[in-house]
Amino acid sequence: MQDVYIVGIGIHPFGRSEGLSGLQQGANAARAAMADAGLEWPDMQFGFGGSDSAGNADTIVNELGLTGLPFINVKNGCATGGSALIGSWQAIASGAHDVGIAIGFDKHPRGAFNAMPAEYSLPEWYGEAGFMVTTQFFAMKLQRYMALHGISPTSLGRVAEKAFRNAVHADHAWRRSPVDLDTILNAPMISDPLTKYMFCSPAEGGVALVLASAKKARELGRDQVRIKAAVIRTRPPGSFEVFAPSMDIERGGAPTLLASKAAYEMAGIGPEDIDLAQLQDTESGAEIMHMAENGFCADGDQEEWLANGWTNIDGRLPVNTDGGCLACGEPIGASGLRQVYENALQLRGLGGGRQVPGDPRTAYSHVYGAPGISGVTILER
Amino acid sequence: MGASAIAQGLFRETPEPTLIGGRHRDTGRIVFPCPDDAARWEPIDLPRRGTLWSWTVQRFRPKSPPYIGPEDFTPFAIGYVELPGATIVETQIVVADFDSLTIGMTMKLVTTDFATAANGDAIRLYAFTPATEA
Repeated sequence: MQDVYIVGIGIHPFGRSEGLSGLQQGANAARAAMADAGLEWPDMQFGFGGSDSAGNADTIVNELGLTGLPFINVKNGCATGGSALIGSWQAIASGAHDVGIAIGFDKHPRGAFNAMPAEYSLPEWYGEAGFMVTTQFFAMKLQRYMALHGISPTSLGRVAEKAFRNAVHADHAWRRSPVDLDTILNAPMISDPLTKYMFCSPAEGGVALVLASAKKARELGRDQVRIKAAVIRTRPPGSFEVFAPSMDIERGGAPTLLASKAAYEMAGIGPEDIDLAQLQDTESGAEIMHMAENGFCADGDQEEWLANGWTNIDGRLPVNTDGGCLACGEPIGASGLRQVYENALQLRGLGGGRQVPGDPRTAYSHVYGAPGISGVTILER
Repeated sequence: MGASAIAQGLFRETPEPTLIGGRHRDTGRIVFPCPDDAARWEPIDLPRRGTLWSWTVQRFRPKSPPYIGPEDFTPFAIGYVELPGATIVETQIVVADFDSLTIGMTMKLVTTDFATAANGDAIRLYAFTPATEA
């Protein structure tokens, strides 16, 4: 397997883009990524891409050019972007290609995600009774975690406060105004213990990454950021997932535990070697639980971490440096690639007002979503 | 006006409310509801009491479809209840004071008429409520 580099990064701002389709936002991101690499669409030897609810990614050739390249559609829920990245990484690591592009985009209607029972092989009564609401799952997973490990509502607030503070300096973020801790904690409850500032919202946006072999990256003068690990895992027995009418009393692992372990093994490093991380923060508590699931601290230690600001930009492990899903929103197909975009930007030292100090060399990204999937990448400079 | 169960095969009302789960004929694994696959799953009665595993409050009206509760929405609690020796089931929770819910508390099975059908009949769903008596 040969080394693979990220030679170009591009993003179409997250949030709302009236008048632009999800696909057009993906095309904008692709143009930006290719310009960043000093390349053009005819240079792309292949593409992988996807969206959850904005159509087939391969129709992007209508926007970017009919070059005849192979383009593979990915539809893998919250791991869509991560899967596109893995496909692209494998295409180059295997030696089959020298340069190609991974694209993720989406455009969701306003309001909460609306799921139907049949899409999840569930009986109709389950939706009729009011159980087809994803926020319930996140709240119940968190409620139990807080009770078992002594996490306070104040810590949930600190995560959201940090997200909005970091996003002030991120051009691509959606919600870029600071919100103070009291406002977050006293806002209307959506699903106890989570208030409205503690949940991310469905959104729009696009991200593209141009990947290349070492030889090609050197030619382009872009051999700085290397992919050390790219992994996706589905759930093990006994994991707690969304839309479960019942679950076994004997509890088990989580897809994140599997993906994280595999990524560290592939990279040959451990959590103590990571300089910054983007962790799935569908809601504040998810970031807290994922700090432990990805090996950065023990269950319950997050109280101390957050009270001391250790996940701030200038902390020992900056987390969600662009405000994460909480501040950027979640266009499902693009969200995982946004994390990798942000990590590549930070490793190049181009984070501006949100740049992690101390010349970071390793960056970790983690997505998690229905129906129990997780993707992890580790980048190194 | 009468009341009818939200679906057949979920629960029985006489002599007491009873949830009907499914036990795998080979592995013995117990799930709820009983899968529609008689060759592999046999229906069994689940325990009527258990402990609260986790909970939250649905503070906004879920989208319709699929939700069929009243347009005039009142927040309701939901949770998971661990039924000893069987499984952990997801359920609406009937409780006056949300703040009284505590993980580990004893819960008992009831029914709730949470919605109304077009013909005026109540639509009945299983639910759990804190068991106050010893």
